[in-house]
Amino acid sequence: MNAPEVNFAYLDERTKRMIRRAILKAVAIPGYQVPFGSREMPLPYGWGTGGIQVTASVIGPHDTLKVIDQGSDDTVNAVNIRRFFERTAGVNTTTRTQEATLIQTRHRIPELPLVEGQIIVYQVPVPEPMQRLEPRETETRTLHGLAEYGLMHVKLYEDIARYGHIATTYDYPVMVNHRYIMSPSPIPKFDNPKMHMNPALQLFGAGREKRIYAVPPYTAVESLAFEDHPFEIQQWQAACAQCGATDSFLDEVILDDAGGRMHVCSDSDYCQTRQDTKEQV
Amino acid sequence: MYVAVKGGETAILNSYKLLAEQRRGDTAHAELTIDQIRQQLKLSVDRVMTEGSVYDPELAALAIKQASGDLVEAIFLLRAYRATLPRLGNTCALDTTRMQLDRRISATFKDLPGGQVLGPTYDYTQRLLDFSLLANAQELESPTTNPASPLPQTVSSVPSVPRVVDLLNQEGLIERTDRSGHDPAPRDLTREPLRFPADRATRLQNIARGDEGFLLAMAYSTQRGYSHSHPFVGEVRLGQVAVEIEPEELGFALSIGEIEITECEMVNQFAGSKTEPPQFTRGYGLAFGQSERKAMAMSLVDRALRAEELGEPIESPAQMQEFVLSHSDSLEASGFVQHLKLPHYVDFQSELELVRKMRARLSNPDETPV
Repeated sequence: MNAPEVNFAYLDERTKRMIRRAILKAVAIPGYQVPFGSREMPLPYGWGTGGIQVTASVIGPHDTLKVIDQGSDDTVNAVNIRRFFERTAGVNTTTRTQEATLIQTRHRIPELPLVEGQIIVYQVPVPEPMQRLEPRETETRTLHGLAEYGLMHVKLYEDIARYGHIATTYDYPVMVNHRYIMSPSPIPKFDNPKMHMNPALQLFGAGREKRIYAVPPYTAVESLAFEDHPFEIQQWQAACAQCGATDSFLDEVILDDAGGRMHVCSDSDYCQTRQDTKEQV
Repeated sequence: MYVAVKGGETAILNSYKLLAEQRRGDTAHAELTIDQIRQQLKLSVDRVMTEGSVYDPELAALAIKQASGDLVEAIFLLRAYRATLPRLGNTCALDTTRMQLDRRISATFKDLPGGQVLGPTYDYTQRLLDFSLLANAQELESPTTNPASPLPQTVSSVPSVPRVVDLLNQEGLIERTDRSGHDPAPRDLTREPLRFPADRATRLQNIARGDEGFLLAMAYSTQRGYSHSHPFVGEVRLGQVAVEIEPEELGFALSIGEIEITECEMVNQFAGSKTEPPQFTRGYGLAFGQSERKAMAMSLVDRALRAEELGEPIESPAQMQEFVLSHSDSLEASGFVQHLKLPHYVDFQSELELVRKMRARLSNPDETPV
C-alpha cells in the first residue's frame, strides 16, 4: 500500500529537520512549549496533526508503530492515522504496547508500563495549560518565563472552595522538572502518575497551535495539588466486564434503553491480552 | 451485547465509496468537468485560490469538484497540496499601478486620472432570479461602448494608473509608508509559526489567507461601533498584473506571467496625535481573482489592527491581534470545531464520575466538604 509519490512518512526532509530541531529543544527544556512551523497536513487540524508531524519526523523504516485513540487501536481516527503511516512510510504496525517502538496516542497512556527506548507521541489540542484562564499568548508566555503560576493555583483553590475538591478530571495540569506547568494533553488524571519518571521519551505535538514540547525519560512530573488536598486519581466500584481488571481505566458502556450498563477497559490491548492469558490458563 | 469499536477500517473504506457516489450524484446527468468549474464558477475558484494560497485556477477547480462544492473543504485540499511544495524563490513586489484594469472604482473622487471603470460586477444587478438560466442556453450580449466608461482594451493601453491614495499623498494628507530603502522580506507564515505581537506584513499575510466570512463579520463590527474607523473606499481595482522575479545572477526583473487580483485601499480618518498632524490613514486588502468582499473586509480589519501603532485605545475584538489572527483561519477553526465529532469517551467518562461525585455530595448534605 506504499504511495511512492510522497516522501517517506509524507513530510519532506527539510520539514522533518525543522521539526526535529524543535523536538531537541523541547527535550532540552522539559515542559517548555517550542513554537514550530506546523504544516498543513492532509488530515484536519484538531484531529492529531501535531502528533502526526512529530511521529513523521522521528519514525524510521525499522520502527513499529502503534496508534491509539481513547486507549483503543480500533477507533476510526486511530485507524485512519495508522493507515496514513502504513501508506506513506510502509512501517510495521502493531496493537501490542510492548511490541511498539513508537506509540501515537490521543487521550490515554497505555496501562502496560512503557520501557526505555520507546517513544510515546501525544496529540495535543491546547498546549497552553492556562489558556482558559488567560487567552492571550503574549501574557502566558511571560507567566511561564517568570514561573508565575499563581493564576493556576488560584483556579485550583477556587475549585476546592466551591466544590470541596479540584474539579478537573482530564487535562489535569502538571509541573514538569520542577519548572514548567504543562498540559498533559486531555488524558484522564488517572494517567497522570504514569508520566512521572517514565523510562520512555514523551513527545507532545500541537499542530493547530504550532507547539511541540517534551518530557525526557526519567523526568519528574507532578500533578498540581495542595498539601491538605493531595492529588487523587479516579476509582471505580466495578471491574472490567471483559477481563476483570480492577486496575485499569474503565469506560462505561450503555447496554439497553433501560439504563443497563457495564464497564470495560478503555485500553483495548491491555484488555485483550488479559483475556488471552485467562483462556490459556 | 457489547460491540467494541472494531471494524473502523471497513467503515472508513465504505465511507469513501459513499462519498464518491454522493459527489457524482445521479449518473443520468453529465459529469461536471474541471473546465466548466473554472469557466463558470469563477468566483468560487477565486476564493479557493485566495484562501488556499495557491494561484492555480485548474487545481482550485479540481479541489472544488473533489469537495462537492464545499469551498472550505476545497481550500483545505489546496493547502494540503501546497504544504510540501518546494519554495523556488521570491517574486518582486507586485506593481499594481501597472495593472491592466477590468474594474476600478473610487468612492472618494467623482472622476480621477484613469477614470472609473465599472467592469463585471453584481453590484447593480437587480437580484431577481433569472429563470432564463434554467433553460441552459444563454445568449451573450456584448457590451456597448460608452465613451464615458472606457472598456478594458482602452484601459490596458494606459501604461500606469496611479492609485487614488497616491493622488491624496501629493498634498501630504495621507500617511506615508516608509520602506526605509528596501522592502524587508516578509515572514512566511506557512513556514514559521505566528508569534505575537505580529508586524503588519505578517498580519496582512494572515488575513489574506483568512476566512472570508470571519473577516467580513470582523469588518462589519468596526462599522457598528466596535472600533469605529470612518472608512472610505479610496479605491477597489480588479485586473491583471505581471508577476516578476529577479534572479540574482541576472540583476534585472523577468516577467513570469500574469495573475488576476483584487486590490482595495481603504482611507480612514485619523484625528492625529502628539507627533502626527490630522490626516488619513490606510487599510489594505489584496486577494487573488475577483474577491471584492474579501479585499474590502481585509482592508477594514487591517486598519483596525493598526490601533496600537497609531496610539488608539484597543477596546474592540477587531483591534485585538491575538483575537483576530488566532481565529481567522478556516482550516484551524473548522478542524477544531469538527474534532468534537471524534470520540471523547475517556474525557466524558471522567466528567461523568465528577458530576456523580458532586451530586452525591448535594444529596447527602451531612457530609461537609473537607
